[in-house]
Amino acid sequence: MGTTAPIAVERPSSDVRPDLPWVTIVWNDPVNLMSYVTYVFQTVFGYTREKAEKLMLDVHHKGKAVVSSGTREEMERDVQILHSYGLWATLQPDSVK
Amino acid sequence: MVARFEAAEISLLRSLVSMMLGLVPPGETSDDPLERALGIGGGEAPSDPVLARLFPSAYEDANDASEFRRYTEATLREGKRADAQTVHDTAAPGRFELTPEQAQAWLRALNDVRLTLGTKLEVTEEVHDEIAMMSEDDPRYPAYVTYDWLTYLQDSLVRALW
Repeated sequence: MGTTAPIAVERPSSDVRPDLPWVTIVWNDPVNLMSYVTYVFQTVFGYTREKAEKLMLDVHHKGKAVVSSGTREEMERDVQILHSYGLWATLQPDSVK
Repeated sequence: MVARFEAAEISLLRSLVSMMLGLVPPGETSDDPLERALGIGGGEAPSDPVLARLFPSAYEDANDASEFRRYTEATLREGKRADAQTVHDTAAPGRFELTPEQAQAWLRALNDVRLTLGTKLEVTEEVHDEIAMMSEDDPRYPAYVTYDWLTYLQDSLVRALW
């Protein structure tokens, strides 16, 4: 590593995105109820009912949806909690889509 | 939260969650005593379709999935067993109350039973309509009716908690 570090460029805070390289995906299945899946998204992630319903409908109609993003460790925690609620969840790097 | 059940419904619910306790034994943990003490298990994906649905692989990659399973499946098993036990211990004929924690356990346990029956019956999203057209003499009828009742129960519980 070089000794002369580049000068950090200050950006407006609204432009700084956290590095979120992993995502949790929930897959559609014929058993889990639409009401239940929405409720779980609200309970587990603290999402509003509107956001939870939109994600549930994405799962239902598109077969899957990205429901959260963050570090690999955070996504492993999310997947584990979703499995405790019986949702079919996986995690993967965000680049794999 | 207040629940109200008939005696026959309670007996059915108790037998269903007892079935889950039999189906999901405590985690088969590692031979290594330290790993066992830490709840670290074997890591193989279940070959049984019901167990594969209750304990899905977290990763597409088999090695990552196995590693994740080794460290998490015993905890997941314990959680599912505790939820089933909560239903077994709190369900009573007539009117009874559930704390918010117990209601969450009921939600998860009912869903585990639905996943189990649904996987065994290979249900589709049109299952409710299929039951409506099914003959009562069909050998699958009692299991389908039970599944449909659990669906109704699960939906009522979600709406009560919202």
